[in-house]
Formats: sequence, C-alpha cells, structure tokens
Amino acid sequence: MAGIASSLTEKQGSARGGTPRVIRNPLWVRVLFMTIAFVFVAFFLVLPLSAVFGEALRKGLRVYLASFNDPDALSAIKLTLLTALCAVPANLVFGIAASWCIAKFDFRGKALLTTLIDLPFAVSPVISGLIYVLVFGLQGWLGPYLGAGDHPWFGEWFNQQDIKIIFAVPGIVLATMFVTFPFVARELIPLMQAQGSDEEYAALTLGASGWQMFWRVTLPNIKWGLFYGVILCNARAMGEFGAVSVVSGHIRGETNTMPLHIEILYNEYNFVAAFAVSSLLALLALVTLVLKSLIEWQHARTRKDAASA
Amino acid sequence: MSIQATQLSKTFGTYTALAGVDLNVERGKLVALLGPSGSGKTTLLRIIAGLEYADPGSGRILFHGEDVTDEPAGKRKVGFVFQHYALFRHMTVFENIAFGLRVRKRRDRPSRSEIADRVNRLLKLVQLESHGSRYPHQLSGGQRQRIALARALAVEPKVLLLDEPFGALDAKVRKELRRWLRQFHDEINLTTVFVTHDQEEALEIADTVVIMNNARIEQVGTPQEIYDRPASPFVYQFIGNVNVLRAQALAQAGAHAANPGTLHADGQVYVRPHDIEVTPHLPGAPGIAAVVRFIHAAGPAARLTLEQVQNRETVEVETSRVTLASLDLKVGDLVNLRLRQAHSFDDDYAI
Amino acid sequence: MSVVRQRSVLPGFGLSLGFTVTYLSLIVLIPLAAAFIRTAEMSWGDFVQAVASPRVLASYRLSFGVSLLAALVNAFFGFIVAWVLVRYSFPGRKIVDALVDLPFALPTAVAGIALTAIYAKNGWVGQWAEPMWSGFLAWLTGVMPSVDWKKLLGAQIAFDRPGVFIALTFIGLPFVVRTLQPVLEELEPELEEAAASLGANRWQTMTRVIFPELLPPLITGFALAFARAVGEYGSVVFIAGNRPMHSEITPLLIITKLEQYDVRGATAIAVVMLVTSFILLFLINLLQKWSRRHHRI
Repeated sequence: MAGIASSLTEKQGSARGGTPRVIRNPLWVRVLFMTIAFVFVAFFLVLPLSAVFGEALRKGLRVYLASFNDPDALSAIKLTLLTALCAVPANLVFGIAASWCIAKFDFRGKALLTTLIDLPFAVSPVISGLIYVLVFGLQGWLGPYLGAGDHPWFGEWFNQQDIKIIFAVPGIVLATMFVTFPFVARELIPLMQAQGSDEEYAALTLGASGWQMFWRVTLPNIKWGLFYGVILCNARAMGEFGAVSVVSGHIRGETNTMPLHIEILYNEYNFVAAFAVSSLLALLALVTLVLKSLIEWQHARTRKDAASA
Repeated sequence: MSIQATQLSKTFGTYTALAGVDLNVERGKLVALLGPSGSGKTTLLRIIAGLEYADPGSGRILFHGEDVTDEPAGKRKVGFVFQHYALFRHMTVFENIAFGLRVRKRRDRPSRSEIADRVNRLLKLVQLESHGSRYPHQLSGGQRQRIALARALAVEPKVLLLDEPFGALDAKVRKELRRWLRQFHDEINLTTVFVTHDQEEALEIADTVVIMNNARIEQVGTPQEIYDRPASPFVYQFIGNVNVLRAQALAQAGAHAANPGTLHADGQVYVRPHDIEVTPHLPGAPGIAAVVRFIHAAGPAARLTLEQVQNRETVEVETSRVTLASLDLKVGDLVNLRLRQAHSFDDDYAI
Repeated sequence: MSVVRQRSVLPGFGLSLGFTVTYLSLIVLIPLAAAFIRTAEMSWGDFVQAVASPRVLASYRLSFGVSLLAALVNAFFGFIVAWVLVRYSFPGRKIVDALVDLPFALPTAVAGIALTAIYAKNGWVGQWAEPMWSGFLAWLTGVMPSVDWKKLLGAQIAFDRPGVFIALTFIGLPFVVRTLQPVLEELEPELEEAAASLGANRWQTMTRVIFPELLPPLITGFALAFARAVGEYGSVVFIAGNRPMHSEITPLLIITKLEQYDVRGATAIAVVMLVTSFILLFLINLLQKWSRRHHRI
C-alpha cells in the first residue's frame, strides 16, 4: 500500500488553514464538517487508544505493573526487540542501496525495480508468513533439509548447526523483514531524487573519495528522511502480527513476540495483562507519531528557510 | 594552465549533445561558452571538469599539454561552480569552503590552523568575512554564489569552471557580480571558462567568446570580432539585433556589403539596425524605399520600425536622437534606407 | 534485469544495484514465487476445489464486500477529515493530524483487542450501541420482512459482521486522508476565487471546480484502503467472531487451513488473493500516473 509512508517529500507543510480568506464555506457547513470529522476521529482513533490504557489500568497500577513480572512477557519483549534489531538495520542498508542506485543513476528496468520494492505492501500479512513456510517449512523447498539431514551437503550442515527457521526466531525475523521491506527505501527514493546530485558532484570536484562523499555529503542530507523511514519501519517491525503469527509456532517463552503474547493472554481471558502489554506497544505507536510529526515539522521549517533565503 | 579539448562527442540515447568539438583555451584567459539552451555548452564544461564522460573513444582533454581524459574529477585540479551553487546545506559557510582541504589524505592535508587561515583569506577575497558561521540558506543568492566560488578556489585549482554562474540571480545582482568576476579574474589570473546563455554577459567580461549551437562550435573570437564579423547567420542572429533583408533590396540600396562578391539571386543580407542610414526620400536616389511605421524615442537611442515599400517586410533602424530630430520624421513618412555595412553568407546555399 | 546506462562519474552503481537486486530476490521475489510454483504443482481440479469451495467463497464475499463498504465509508469521512485539517484552523489541529496515522503505527493486534473492548456488549460504546443496533435490525425487518437482516448484517456488533466492518474502517482510515491532503494543500485559493469572480456560488464552486480536482486522489485513497482491508488480519480476528460461512475473513481461512496442515489449500487461496492485490496495485499505479498527468495540466 504504497504512497502513504512517503509523506515527507510530498507534504509541503503549507497549511493554509490559518490564512484568512474571503471566499469560504458558510458557517453551518464549517460547523457540520468539523463536527463530523471530530466524531469520526473520536470514535475510530481516540476511543481505541484510550481503551488500551483504560483497560490496562482497570484494576489499578499494581496489577498493571505485576503483568510485566512474568517471564513469558519479558521473553516476548526481548524477542520483539531482537526482531526489530535484526530487521530494521537490514532494511536500512537495503533502503540506502536501493535509493542510491534508483535516485542517482539511469538504467533500464528502473521503473520495474521501483514497483517491485513496493510489492510487500500489497501482500496480506498472512500471506507474507505463508510464503516463508513454503520455502523453509517441513513441506517446503528447503524444509526437508532442515533437520532431516538427507541432503548430501546442506542437510548435514543444517543438522550440525541445529538450524530451525520456521517455528523459530529466524523465521520471525525473515517474515518481519518482508513486511517492513519497503519503508526506508520508499522514504529515501523521492527525497534523493528531489535533492539531485549536484552536491555529490561538487564533493567529487573538490577531491573527495566515494566514501567521503557518501558519509560527509549524502548521508547528512538524507538523515531526516532516513530517521523517518526507520521509525516507521521499527513501529511495524515491533507490531507485526499476522505474518509472525504464521511462522512463529506460538511457543510460549520462546517464539512469542509481544503481539502474539497479547493474543494468548487475551484468549485466556487475562485481559488486564493483555492490555498491559498492549499499552507498551501503544506507547511505542504514540512515540512514533510524535517523532514523525517532529520530523515533518523540522522538514517544513528547513524548507521554508531554504525558500525564503 | 591551458585547456585543449579535441574531437569531443557526447550522445544521450539518440540525442547528440556534442558532435566532435575542438576547443583551445589559453592560459590565464577568461572564456565564455555562449549559446542557446541545448547547444551543448554545459555538457562541454562538465566533460572538461570530469563530471561527465565523453563518448568512449571520441576525444581527449589536455590540461597544459597533459592528458587528463581518464583522470577522475577530483584529480584534475579544477574548481567547478554550479549554477544552483550546490553548497552543502548541512555545513556552515566555513565548513563548505574547508571541505576540499579536509577530505585530503592525512599527509596532504594542511593543519587545522592553515585550513582556517586559508578559509578566512578566501572569505575576505569574496568579501564575506563575517559570514563564516552561517548556513547556506541564511545567505542571499549572490552571497551563495560567491561562497561557491570560494569553495572551488580553496583547493587551489589550476582551472576554474563556472556553469551559468549568474543564471539564478536577479538582473541587478547579476550585473554587479559579473563585473566583480572580471576584476577578480584580473587579480588572480586563473584560466577560467564560464557557460552562459546571456550574450551581454559574455560580450562584457570575456576575453574570448565561444559560440555554440546544435552540439557544435560556431565561432571563437574576441567579443568585438564576434560582434563585428559574425562567422555564420546563426551568430549574426544570436548576437545583437539584426535585420535580414532580401538581396534584391541590397541592389537598390547601393550599399557596400562586407563581402558583396558572392550574392546569389535570392540571397539574404544581414544588417545591424545601427548600420542603416535613414535619408529623406528623393526620387532616383539610391536606397531602399520604406515607410515609417513606429518611432520609439524613449531611451538613449531612437529606434524606428519601417516597412519596405517593395515587399512590405519590416526593418528596424537605430539612430541617434539628434539625427532623428534633424530628419523630423513622422509616422507614415516615406524615406530611403542606405546600408553602411552588411553581410551575406554563401554557405546558406550549400544545400 | 538488463542494465544499459550512461556511464556516470558517481561511484557505487554496481555495488548498490547488485545488493538491491540480490536482497530483493532473496527476501521478496523467491518466497513469493514459491507460492505460485507450489500452486502450479496442483491439478486444476484440486485448485478449483481449494479456492472455490462454499466456505472459501463465503469468505471472499465477506472480505471483499465489507472491505468495499469500509473503503466507501472512509472515502466519505476521510474527505471531510482531510478538508477540515487543511482548510480550518482550530486548537489541536496538529494533534488530530498526527493521530490520523495511528492505524499505521498501532499494532493490529492491539487495535483488534481495543476495538473489541469498546464495541463488546459491556464496552464503552457497545453498551448503548448494541440496543440501538437491535432496534435498527427490528425496524429493517418491519420495513422489509423478506430479508433475513440478522443473518445479512449480523445480529450484534462485536463478534459479528459489524465488527469486521469497524476493524476494516479503522485500518483504512489514514489512506484517503493522506492521499487527499497534499492535493488539497496544493490547490490554489485562486481557483476558487476565480470561480467566485465568474459568478459561481459556493455549491457550484465545490462541485464543479474543487471536487473534480480531488477525484483522482480520492479514488486512489479509496483503492488503497480497499486493498489494505482485503488482506487485513490482526485487527479483525478478535472482533469478528470468526464463524465459518458467516464472519470468517479470507486471511483467517488461510491460517485455519495451515493449522489443519492443508498447506496446498492455503497456498491456493493465497495465490488468488495475491493476484487480486497485484491487479489492484497495478490499477492504483495507473490511477496515480493518470492523476499526476491530470494534475500537471
């Protein structure tokens, strides 16, 4: 579901809401529009968010805090952090590489490559998990070699390493990498295209080497876009449910991420604990939104500076 | 350092940007590459700088006799100034200028204090001493352009290349800055090539003007040569104003064209507006009969728009206001036009 | 992918493209191809059996039908929210603006249980909405007794079809707002002023000048919300009740098949959904290209 993540370059921050204009809708239309918008936002956004914290604290702060004093919850938190720690840097490196070749060079197949990068957004999370089961699962392509040991080379190797992918941590990381694949690249490609290559050329004429150019000129210029992509990528990586659900195997204390742990708690009618863990993820979402707004605000400001000079 | 480019060609897909161009720039000269947009002038400049490669096997670039065709941009010792400045937006002015020194390998890198000295000297040279700690977006367009120049000079280039250096500035700043560039060039005496599409700019400050059109060089010469002796119809039309008259008109005018020997039956003759003399119409007198249509007398010189009686084509004439007053012309008057100097080109008929 | 390009002075083309294509192939293309290859191994009869059994067809009807409804509702309300955010200034506008992205940022499982808690019979909204829903159904039955409204619309809100609708509306909410917003911001006030100076009244200006400009992004946002809703899983499963043939969405059916070790059946359904979303993606791309060209004038 392309196009949404990359609001940074498209958004001009030119909120015209404040400028007084003679021509505007009549008062009753404005009041009606505002009312509808507020009611809609209240029911679909504010209420669910408040519900998370309300339900978590329903039985008081002590019960809320006690929910985290559970080894399974802690291990879920750890696994979620570990997953994000693997998936986000991988997609970060990928995003930089992809945007570099797409934004700075012309080559045949560029449009196709750009479309393919967006592909994971169009795939249902459940299917994102399923395809990894097809590759690594017991009935999958590589599955028979994993642990079965009947492949002349790989089987032996996998056996010795005792590698499990599906229903284990590697599968969770892979599925998460898939669903968060486009975030950083989508943010950087339009940004780098808009910035052009003149500063890089200038660095080269001044004698900079390729890496010096990258570290001193390119990277500082894209750092906000990069950060923006990373926080969105991270929010999704920590919160992914469907894809991870398919590949995890739901082994308590071992292969449960936070969202999966929430599901188990909820299905066991342990609502306070479920909402307590949820509240952590909701906080993460709030922090993400705040950071995102701050970056957009910062971006709009530097744009305005650049334009007014 | 002199620059020689031989037989440079550059194609982008099916589009030809340069078709076998040769260029010689003498040491210490200020050279303008002048031409309409799409004529290949920026491509030529970027190839000289090493920012673009000429078509494989097409030609060579020599700096002071030394082949630099395969040298990367950073090794060519060129200073390049970009049209839109390309200042590093996240660095201060000081850091921008120091960049080229700071990226050097440790053994070639000047010490911290030497770098600071050099940057401050350059800031003084471009008259922006107090702006070192500002960021590019806090500067005006003209200031940014000067910082871009200082940054290019910091690495002590042997050649200075400027791509439409004043293109993004408003008219007044443009004028100031180009005079400043000329003075500046006389002070530091660095071989300099700049690209422009503004003929006034090129004619005013360059030692040598190179006129480009359609991926080729049309003419190379001093500003005066270019203006007085255009080598082709294109140059004639591109530089200054010009009237294109049919050759029959010339026969009537009894003018002394610069190379009148090779006129063809329906050839064309190029005449500058100020090379046409207006005289009162007398029957039998030599000259092109024309009717005055408009008189524009505002400005230092008067401009007349006339219509030839024979073929109803328009002619522009420039004359002093004193002459205009002595002629006492009104719209609708019949006059005779005499050409003081005119050109024609044979190669128009090469088809 | 054949690579023909102008030789460039900038470094790193081979390295970055090589890495991009390799990583893309390993993480995205090869696993996706697995789904198609595994399905190609099935016989046609088996395939039809897997993707067109009554239970699967019922899940398509639910998934696509409710997604369509949710996307329509989002198109309407999203338009108003975008309009209010761009055109009106009010205290807290920045907060509402940031909050619009909540469905992107909030993990779907969290959204799922939160929505369930609110709309369940004893929830904050459910306790008064549930009786209203029953009354609404009774009224419908009175008006048109021939339709089994309870079966069609769901007898209750949570753990039934309305729950699916609520979850899919939630997760599709940002799409319409975020595609409309930049276009609305770019829309010059001069356009409206010109219309007004030519004698158009406000309604004519809105319908003939502004709305046509906003139609392409509106359709794009609608399509994006729809495509997202069809594949959604996490926020729906908690609130849907998940009754086979009634409130079971297609992604859930894939998981059910997997849990029954029917990998082939699951894969076949997945392929149908993949093809549908690729067609949608293609249409959305066309739409965006068209609207960009339209917008350039």
